[in-house]
Amino acid sequence: MPHPLERRVIFQHIDEPGYSPDLACYLRQGGYAVLRKSVQRPPAELIDEVKRSGLRGRGGAGFLCGLKWNLVDRKSGKPIYLIVNADESEPGTFKDRYIIHQDPHQLIEGIMISCYANNVKQAYIYIRGEFPHGARILETAIAEARAANFVGPNICGGAYSCEIYVHRGAGAYICGEETGLIESLEGKRPYPRIKPPFFPAVLGLYQCPTIVNNVETLCHVKHIADIGGGAYAGIGTPNNTGTRLIGVSGHVQRPGYFEFESGKITLGRLLHEVCGGPLPGRKFKAIIPGGSSSKILRCDERFKIKQKDGTVLDWGYEDIPLDFDSFAACGTMGGSGGVIVMDDRVNLVEALGNLNAFYAHESCGQCTPCREGSLWMKKITARMVHGEARVEDGELLKNVADQIAGRTVCPFGEACSWPTQSFVQKFGDEFKAYAETKRQPRPVDALTLV
Amino acid sequence: MTQPAQTDLITVTIDGREIAVPKGTNMIEAARLLGIDIPHYCYHPKLSVAGNCRMCLVEMGMLAFDPATKQPVMDPASGKQKVNWMPKPVIACFTNAAPGLHIRTNTPLVRECREGVMEFLLINHPLDCPICDQAGECKLQEQATAYGRGYSRFIEQKNVKPKRTLLGPRVMLDDERCVLCSRCIRFSKEVAKDDVLGFVDRGSYSTLTCYPGRRLENNYSLNTVDICPVGALTSVDFRFKMRVWFLKQTPSIDTESSVGVNTTVWSREGVIYRITPRRNDAVNDTWMPDSGRELYKQVRAENRLTAALAAGQSATLDAALAAAAELLKSAASAVAVVGSGRSSVDEQFLTRKLAAALKAPAWIVGRAGEGDGILLSTDRNPNTRGALVTGLIKALPGPQLGELAAAIDAGKVTTVLAVNEDLAAAGLTAAQLAKVRVIYLGTHANATSAAAQVVLPALTVFEKSGAFINQQFRLQKFVTAVPGPAGVSDDLATLARLLVAVGGPKLGETATTLWPALAAEIPALASVSFAGIPDEGLPLDSKPWAGLRFGEGASLHFQPAAAT
Ligand SMILES: Cc1cc2nc3c(=O)[nH]c(=O)nc-3n(C[C@H](O)[C@H](O)[C@H](O)COP(=O)(O)O)c2cc1C
Ligand code: SF4
Ligand code: FES
Repeated sequence: MPHPLERRVIFQHIDEPGYSPDLACYLRQGGYAVLRKSVQRPPAELIDEVKRSGLRGRGGAGFLCGLKWNLVDRKSGKPIYLIVNADESEPGTFKDRYIIHQDPHQLIEGIMISCYANNVKQAYIYIRGEFPHGARILETAIAEARAANFVGPNICGGAYSCEIYVHRGAGAYICGEETGLIESLEGKRPYPRIKPPFFPAVLGLYQCPTIVNNVETLCHVKHIADIGGGAYAGIGTPNNTGTRLIGVSGHVQRPGYFEFESGKITLGRLLHEVCGGPLPGRKFKAIIPGGSSSKILRCDERFKIKQKDGTVLDWGYEDIPLDFDSFAACGTMGGSGGVIVMDDRVNLVEALGNLNAFYAHESCGQCTPCREGSLWMKKITARMVHGEARVEDGELLKNVADQIAGRTVCPFGEACSWPTQSFVQKFGDEFKAYAETKRQPRPVDALTLV
Repeated sequence: MTQPAQTDLITVTIDGREIAVPKGTNMIEAARLLGIDIPHYCYHPKLSVAGNCRMCLVEMGMLAFDPATKQPVMDPASGKQKVNWMPKPVIACFTNAAPGLHIRTNTPLVRECREGVMEFLLINHPLDCPICDQAGECKLQEQATAYGRGYSRFIEQKNVKPKRTLLGPRVMLDDERCVLCSRCIRFSKEVAKDDVLGFVDRGSYSTLTCYPGRRLENNYSLNTVDICPVGALTSVDFRFKMRVWFLKQTPSIDTESSVGVNTTVWSREGVIYRITPRRNDAVNDTWMPDSGRELYKQVRAENRLTAALAAGQSATLDAALAAAAELLKSAASAVAVVGSGRSSVDEQFLTRKLAAALKAPAWIVGRAGEGDGILLSTDRNPNTRGALVTGLIKALPGPQLGELAAAIDAGKVTTVLAVNEDLAAAGLTAAQLAKVRVIYLGTHANATSAAAQVVLPALTVFEKSGAFINQQFRLQKFVTAVPGPAGVSDDLATLARLLVAVGGPKLGETATTLWPALAAEIPALASVSFAGIPDEGLPLDSKPWAGLRFGEGASLHFQPAAAT
C-alpha cells in the first residue's frame, strides 16, 4: 500500500493486486485514451503543454523537458529520433525498472505521444543490459501495442506512423550518459561525444537531431497530455512541478520506492515518517540524496539557504524539501531520486572505497583525468581500507578529484569526483582518524589489491 | 582535415594578442601562429579531433554584450570591451575561431590543468626513459619537463599491461607506454582507410589492439609509429638501433612513384637508420608508405656497384670514361640512349645532351604499378614528368623497349648507353643484349651490368642532390644525406664528363653549376635555380603537356585532369 504522504501518478498501478503488464489490463484502466486524443491535436500544441507543465527531466540533471524539445533542430531536413534512456545504472536508483516491469504500456503511451509531438518516426528504448526480463516485457508490450495500432503504421487509424525498437546495453554505466548511449546505439564503444558541438538536439543519433529522455520523464508526458500542462504545473511546487519517484536504500526501517509531489515533503519526513527512521539503536550519519554521484550530506550539518528576499533559512537535513532546487541550494542535487542512507555503523572511508571502485570500473577510459583519476582514487581508498592509510590521504584524494571535475569530456568526471570531494570535505576527520586507528602495516606484496 | 579557405578571416585574442585566422582554425593552430605553444597529445593537424587527452585545456571568454540592448559592455578600468570568462576550461583543439573569442593560455588554472593531466598520464607510465626507444622524441618526456611536478605523489602499484605485442609485421606495441590518445586508430581509419585498430577494456585498463583476426599490416602502418606521441608504437626495423639525438636529418623524396612523397632521411656517420615522412600539405601531408621507408637498404645492398669496369676489368673512372667514349664514337650513328624516369631532372638533361651529341634516339622505361589512391600512384617512376620537361622524351614511355629491340634486331643499333635502367628488365632478350655493346651507368649489378663493356658506378638518391617533378608538375629537390661509396663520382659529374669525352659541350658537373644551363634552355625552368627550389617544392606550368594521357588516378592531393 502506498504511504499516505505519497501521491501516486506514475506509480499508480505499481504493486497493485491484479494489475498486470499486458495490454488488456492497461486498456481496462483506460489505457491509450490519451494517445488517441493526442493524435487528434496539432503536435505543436502538445509541445506547448509540456512547456507549460514545467516538467524537468528525471534522468538526473533536471533539465526542462519543454526546453529540450524546443532545442531540436527541425529545419535540418533530417529525421528526428527519440531515445528512451532506460539504462538506470546510477547506484541507488531504482524507479524506471518498476515502470518497465509492471506498467510498460504507460511508458509506450508516453513515448508515442512524445514522438507524435516531435514528429519522430523512430524511437529507441535503450535498456540496461542487466534488465533482460525488462527487455522481454517491453518487446512483448510493443508487439501488443503494434497489433492494436498504437505503435507502427497509421497509429490509431490516422496518418501518423512511428516504430519503437528495444536495444539492450551490454553492462556499462556510461551508456546512460546520453552521447555515450548514442554511440553505443550506433554500434560503437560508448565514448561520450564532445559537447559542443555534438548536442543530441542537433547532431545526435547518426548525426541527426535526437531527443534523449528518461523513462520516468516520458511517463510524465502522458499525464501532461492527459490533464494539460497548466493543471500538471499545479502539482508539486513552482519550478519543481509534478510528482517525483524516489527510491530509498540503506539504513532505514522501511526502504523502498515512493512517489511524492515535488517539494511537498521534506527529507526528514521521508526518512522518519515514510521510511520509519533509523534501525533500532542507530542514528543517521550521512545521506546521499540523488544517486551515488550526488554530494553527500552530513546529518548534523546546517544549511544556510539565502532567500530571494534576503532572509536566510537555517536547515538541517530533515528540513530539505524533496525537489531539485532545494538540494541544489544545499550544495548537492536531487539527481535521479535515489536516496542512500548511512547510519553510524558506516565508516565513510570504506563507503567511499566502495563508490570509488564503482567509478574506476565504469570510467569509459576516453579522457585522461577521469580514466587515470578514477582508478587512482580507487587505489588510494583500497589501500586505506587494507591497512595502509596515511594521514595525508584525505587531502590527496580531494586533490586528485579536483584535478578531474570540470576538465573531462563528459559529466562522469563530476560524477566520480563529487563523492570523493564531498566525503573528504565533510568527513575529513574520519579520514584522518582512519589513518591513525586502522593502520595495520602489511607486507608490500599484500597490497596487490587493485 | 580540409585546409581552411584563406578568405573570411576572424580575429581572436590569445593572451591579449590579436590574430586574424581563417574560419575553422582551432586555437592550437591560431596560438602557433603567435608563437604560443599549447601542449597537446591527441590533436593532430591531419586527423579528426578526438579531444581526449585534455592537455590543451585553456580558459575561454567571449566579448560581453548587454543582452537587452545588444551594446558592448565596457570595462571602466581598461576602457575596453569586457570579456566574459567561462568558469570551466575548454579544449583548444576543438575550439574554433569565432568573432570576439578570447583565450588565455598562461593563467594559474591552465597551468594547474596541464600539471594535472601530466600527473595522470605519468602515474601508470613506466618512467623508464633510459631504456625507452622514444626518448629524445617523446612528447610525454618533453612536456613532463615543462609541466611535470618533478616528484610523484603516486605510491600505489602501477597497472601492468603487455609490453611487446606485434600489431603487424612492422609495428610493435608497448601497452604500458600508451597514453590512449587514439591517433593511431584515427589514422588507420581516416587516412589508411583500414579500420583495424581499436581499444578493448575500460578505464585505465583500456588497451590498444587489432580487431579479432586482423593485423596492422597495411602499407601505411608505420605512420602510426610516427604520430604516436610516446614510445607505445615503435618500428620493428628501427627500434633500439640508434638514439634519435645522434641522427642527422636530411630532406629527401620518396622515389617509389610519381606522387613524390616528401621525406626525411635520418643518418649518422654515413649510415642511414630510418626514413620518415616530411610534412608537405600539398603533397603527402604528414604521411608516407611503409615501402618507401625500406629504400635506404639499397644503399648497402650486396650487389652495389662501387667501381668502374672496362672490358670486365676494374678501371679508374677516367679510363672507363675513355673506353665508353671510344665505343660510343666508333659506333657512328648506331647508338641508342636509354635514360630513366628515376634519374633527376639535371641528369635527364645531361642524358638528353648526350643523345643529341651522339645523334642517338632516346627512350626511358615506363614503370607501372597499382595505385593505392593514397600516396602510391600507378606511375612508379618518380620523374617521368622530368623526362618530358627536359625534353629527353616527347611521348609517355611504355614498359618495354620495343622500338630499341627492333632496331637491334635490324642491326640499326650496335651500341647502347643505359643510364640507371636494366635493359633485360625492360624486355631486351639475352640474345639482343649479346648483340650490342653496352655502356651502363647504374647503382646495382644486374643483367645489363653483367653484359656491359663499360660499367660506370652511380649514386643512390640518398647520396646525391637533385630534383624530381612529380605528378602535380611540382619540382621537388632532394639533398645528399650520406656520402656515396669511396671513389664513386657524382652521377652529374660522370655524365658531364662523358658528354665532353664524346665531343659534346662542357656543362656544369654539380647541380649548382649545371642549373643555369637548364634554366636557360628549358622554358618551364626559366629563372629557377637549384638553391632556389623551396622546401615544399615549386609548381611548374604543366600546360605544354596537357595533351598527354597520364595514367595516374586520384590520390591524397592529386586529381587527374578530366579526360578529354
Ligand atoms: C555518467 C552518466 C550516467 C547517466 N545515466 C543515466 C541513466 O542511467 N538513466 C538516465 O535516464 N539518465 C542518465 N544520465 C543522464 C543522461 O545523460 C540524460 O541527461 C538523461 O537521459 C536525459 O533525460 P531527462 O532530460 O529526461 O532527464 C546519465 C548521465 C551521466 C553523466
Ligand atoms: S569523463 Fe570519464 S566517462 Fe566521460 S568521456 Fe571521459 S573517461 Fe569517459
Ligand atoms: S589535444 Fe588532446 S584534448 Fe585537445
